Amino acid sequence: MMAPLFSSKLLLVLLFGTLFGLVLGVLPGLGPTTGGALILPFTMTLDPLSAIILLTSIYCAGTYGGAITAVLINTPGTPAAAATCLDGYPLAQKGEAGRALGMATVSSTVGGIFSVIVLVFFAPILANLAYEFGQPEYFALAIFGLTMLASIGDGSPIKNLIAGAFGILISTVGKDFMTSIDRFTYGINELSVGIGFIPVVVGLFAISEMLTQSTLLDQVFKRVALKAVKLPTKDDYKKTWKTILRSSGIGSFIGVLPAEGGTVASLIGYSEAKRFSKNPEEFGKGSVEGIAGAEAANNAATGGAMVPTLALGIPGSATTAVILTGLIIHGVRPGPDLFKEQPEFLYGIFGAMLVANVLFFIFGFFGAKLFARITLVPNKILWPMIFAVSVCGTYSLSQSIIDVWIMLFFGVLGFFMRRYGFSVVPVIIGLILGELVEGTLRQSIVIFDGNWLMFLTRPIALTFFILSLIALAFPLIRSKKNKKII
Amino acid sequence: MNNVRNKKRANKSLPFFFRSEFKVFFTIILVSTILLISTFSFDTVPPILNRGIQPATFPKGLLVLMIVLTSIIYYLSFRRPWKKEKNLPKPFFLTIISFVLFIVISKTLDFFLAISVLSIFVSYNWGERRVFYLLLVSIIFPLVVFIFFEMILGLRFPPGIITNLYYY
Repeated sequence: MMAPLFSSKLLLVLLFGTLFGLVLGVLPGLGPTTGGALILPFTMTLDPLSAIILLTSIYCAGTYGGAITAVLINTPGTPAAAATCLDGYPLAQKGEAGRALGMATVSSTVGGIFSVIVLVFFAPILANLAYEFGQPEYFALAIFGLTMLASIGDGSPIKNLIAGAFGILISTVGKDFMTSIDRFTYGINELSVGIGFIPVVVGLFAISEMLTQSTLLDQVFKRVALKAVKLPTKDDYKKTWKTILRSSGIGSFIGVLPAEGGTVASLIGYSEAKRFSKNPEEFGKGSVEGIAGAEAANNAATGGAMVPTLALGIPGSATTAVILTGLIIHGVRPGPDLFKEQPEFLYGIFGAMLVANVLFFIFGFFGAKLFARITLVPNKILWPMIFAVSVCGTYSLSQSIIDVWIMLFFGVLGFFMRRYGFSVVPVIIGLILGELVEGTLRQSIVIFDGNWLMFLTRPIALTFFILSLIALAFPLIRSKKNKKII
Repeated sequence: MNNVRNKKRANKSLPFFFRSEFKVFFTIILVSTILLISTFSFDTVPPILNRGIQPATFPKGLLVLMIVLTSIIYYLSFRRPWKKEKNLPKPFFLTIISFVLFIVISKTLDFFLAISVLSIFVSYNWGERRVFYLLLVSIIFPLVVFIFFEMILGLRFPPGIITNLYYY
């Protein structure tokens, strides 16, 4: 599994990806999704394996990096680290920032490695199952992925579904792939090829965040001093090993579900840690179990989310949607054939994820203090620089200025979506699944000779439809209980 | 709890067209309706070439779904009004203006000049006054990015008054 990694070039890529991922994770507002999208154009100079290793190492390290800011300045570097703030910051305020970060680092590493094991075992099994899938099954699976959007972390279920539908709608812009008829192009030639994934992702994440930062200029972070990261004590291990394992399992499972990701995993991991804890009253006041529960789960979601991405071509999270785009750009088609035809490529990815988890443990343990200093770069300097990279990166993919304008449009749109409680993640998932949904639907209708009820005669498709109904009903019922349906 | 109630009250006291829920509802419905109408002008394929459904059918279905879901959230908002949003601060509008400036300058003058102007405009309006840092974000950093993309990725940027100096 590790053999493909024994090359200096790949190790260098892995090292750079891990460091870059940590920097992205530490900076609030950035994160592995935005960072992955920004670096995607640069990967064009790399071979496919190096490119995907770069993206996956950014994913693993970026997810962990969010914990550093969550503990030290009570601001999650990534949305997946939101639950870490609940106990990480209170513990840091008690003068135990090193202990909090040590627990976050260990549980993130265990969660990450656990999830890679899950990935190694389950991705080939899922890929084998996918051989049974025809167009109707893929359509039902894509619908299941989209209905799962209803229950993703931020945003209400209905708003998430609207955003997901909007993402699919964006994917219909341009020439219809079956009939070559223009849709929503309004005479603009550049739109005939459709709206690219990168301008939308960079706009919705980086540019909308820039606008958000423009509204938060008077915000002052209360920073907690960090002397050194401390490994958990024997007592801490005794207290948390069950929580870490449980959260690793939860995170990996949530990660495997299409469209779900680290944010949901960490919230569930945290609440389960509290439920099973002997001292639930300590949660929110600096409980190490709380930190372990959230961090093991969000990092375990990374490997889990790669399972449907590699085996089925269905992204398990927003960042894996970027990785999926990277695979497609580099001519690698995810799915069962990938496992049969290019196993060494997949082993390279699995091995890289494993090494990335070890690397971020080392960097996190020895360098957290240094990474935390990155947050000292003022926004008034950082964001104009990010803008310059965003613009050039977006332009570079198709060398089209229209793409840059599309990026700005989605930046403004993303800002207002967030302002009014719409998550931008469903737009990304919808956009990447759009062609699959429409293509498989239309091909299924041809196969069924226009008889829609034939979908119900396919057991796998029917199972996915039932799961979709459950996926829709569950968050609606839960939200109704919490009175948070809108 | 009282705080939430006050926020709700503050939002309810506004005329309905100023409330967040109405603004969102109105915008989505308006845009979706315009797009839905435009789908009726899409070309159609003759039945013999038509594989399953017409090219306009799928987007139509999506737009109808969006309209229905938006109507549901608007209906639900009568029972549970959204919290009132804070007014947007001046730097936000200045950043939006800088985007407009970027588009105008990149279209008429030069792509890199547009990046420089936006960077200095944003940095200054967000509070940076130190000349070195203003130069760093507006000239030094974009130049590094330009050289990196040009030399390593072999990218050719669109022509303009400054970019042409490099190319010719």
